[in-house]
Amino acid sequence: MKAGSNLEKVLEGGYFAVTAEVGPPKGTSASVIRRKGELLKFYCDALNVTDNQTAIVRMSSLSGSVILREMGIDPVMQMVVRDRNRIAIQSDILGAVALGIRNVLCLSGDHQKFGNHPDAKGVYDIDSIQLVQTLKTMRDEKKFLCGEGISGEVLLFIGAVENPFADPFEYRVVRLAKKIRAGADFIQTQAVYDVNKFSKWIEMIRDRGLDKQVHILAGIIPIKSVGMARYMRDNVSGVSVPDEIITRLEGAKDVKEEGVKISLEIIDQLKGIDGIHGIHIMAVAWEDIVPVIVERAGLLPRPVL
Amino acid sequence: MKSITVKKPFDEIKESLKDVEKVFLVGCGTCATMCHTGGLLEVLEMKEELEKSGKKVTGWMVPPVACDDVTKNAIDENTDAIKEADALLVLSCAFGIHSVVIFSDKPVFPATNTLYIGKEDTPGHFSRVCIQCGECVLAFTAGICPIARCAKQLLNGPCGGAQGGKCEISPDLPCAWHLIIERLSKSGQLHKLEKIVPPKNWGKNLTNISPIKRS
Repeated sequence: MKAGSNLEKVLEGGYFAVTAEVGPPKGTSASVIRRKGELLKFYCDALNVTDNQTAIVRMSSLSGSVILREMGIDPVMQMVVRDRNRIAIQSDILGAVALGIRNVLCLSGDHQKFGNHPDAKGVYDIDSIQLVQTLKTMRDEKKFLCGEGISGEVLLFIGAVENPFADPFEYRVVRLAKKIRAGADFIQTQAVYDVNKFSKWIEMIRDRGLDKQVHILAGIIPIKSVGMARYMRDNVSGVSVPDEIITRLEGAKDVKEEGVKISLEIIDQLKGIDGIHGIHIMAVAWEDIVPVIVERAGLLPRPVL
Repeated sequence: MKSITVKKPFDEIKESLKDVEKVFLVGCGTCATMCHTGGLLEVLEMKEELEKSGKKVTGWMVPPVACDDVTKNAIDENTDAIKEADALLVLSCAFGIHSVVIFSDKPVFPATNTLYIGKEDTPGHFSRVCIQCGECVLAFTAGICPIARCAKQLLNGPCGGAQGGKCEISPDLPCAWHLIIERLSKSGQLHKLEKIVPPKNWGKNLTNISPIKRS
């Protein structure tokens, strides 16, 4: 065990893991986090706390993670390189470990242009791969990026993200290999709707033996409405929504139920793919649906380890 | 090398010159001429605009290169007109403005915004080529700079936002990493990207303002 987090135990124990996302509020209320935590606690192995997602200012992921930790939930603290330089990043990591956070997910972050402060200076002092490597060095060598020593253990289960649907398609696997070499223990992917394309990607992963070196959790975003499906197809970078999904939703009497069914079918297919070790549900502004999906997907009860 | 400039909005220039009655104009015969921001034509247009808004233009000049020492000669040749002016309005890049400041004691105002060292892709369309980071990475990026051309300045790109060879921030912006991968693939050099590139020393230039001595 590298960090002994619940997520690590579940994945190392060979269980099919379930994680979901908790978006912090655009405000100061801890109860927003607690309410989401209560709702999801028995349905997931760990909960991701997003870091100013889509570059919109929200409560910090570190604080959100601490609030979940106090409730006995295993948080995955997301950390983007958009807003912090290498000094702030390493400092926040020390604080997070001190407060009992064991899982950290490393991302570049959506460009500030998309957020509510589009004129902000993007930091990007180090990139996401360099962040993964920094955390690994902090954990395994107990050293900062500068080479100086760290006192105390840096217990971390290191995550990275991957978008199998971004271009250039063939190069994505090369880059994922690089992330694994940098130190990623688990990977959470962008939302999967196009299972065929996803299968091709995972085949390339298996060809390189990468599925044996890292735990891959496939992303699920439940679709609530036809508008949302179209929006994701047209406006969300690197999400590929096949036309048949849109057509199915358009023809449905109960669009939300159809959206759930689509998610369940995708999860069912993903469960059968060799090299996929779990799912990560990102139910943006629809957290209530997560327990329903986890239960109907036959993923209950969650292992108690 | 070409220093790419764009014109400042005329209202902003008017605001800078609000306490100024008489102005002397300085253009540049090189980069600002090519960018159509400070060549002969633009200097004469500016003269007309300023006169329309009630200013007196005491004179103007377009030295061959505003950022060079020849700017001193040009200033000397126009001593009388410059003496008569309350201020100088410079229609060159910031380098040229800097030279004018060195060679004249008069208040100096910029008429352009200096963007970057770039190239003109097609007439009137410019793109950033170099941000003078002081630690060139072109050796492993096939001569295409991710510091100047990737929105996140990634050294281990591309991020997950690249689609169809375009950057997520604009459909008009090519993904620099896409270009790098394409070019390295063609020459069978893609393996160069398998190495994890370590964090960059931004202090080499971007945050370092110390003067340097030729080695």
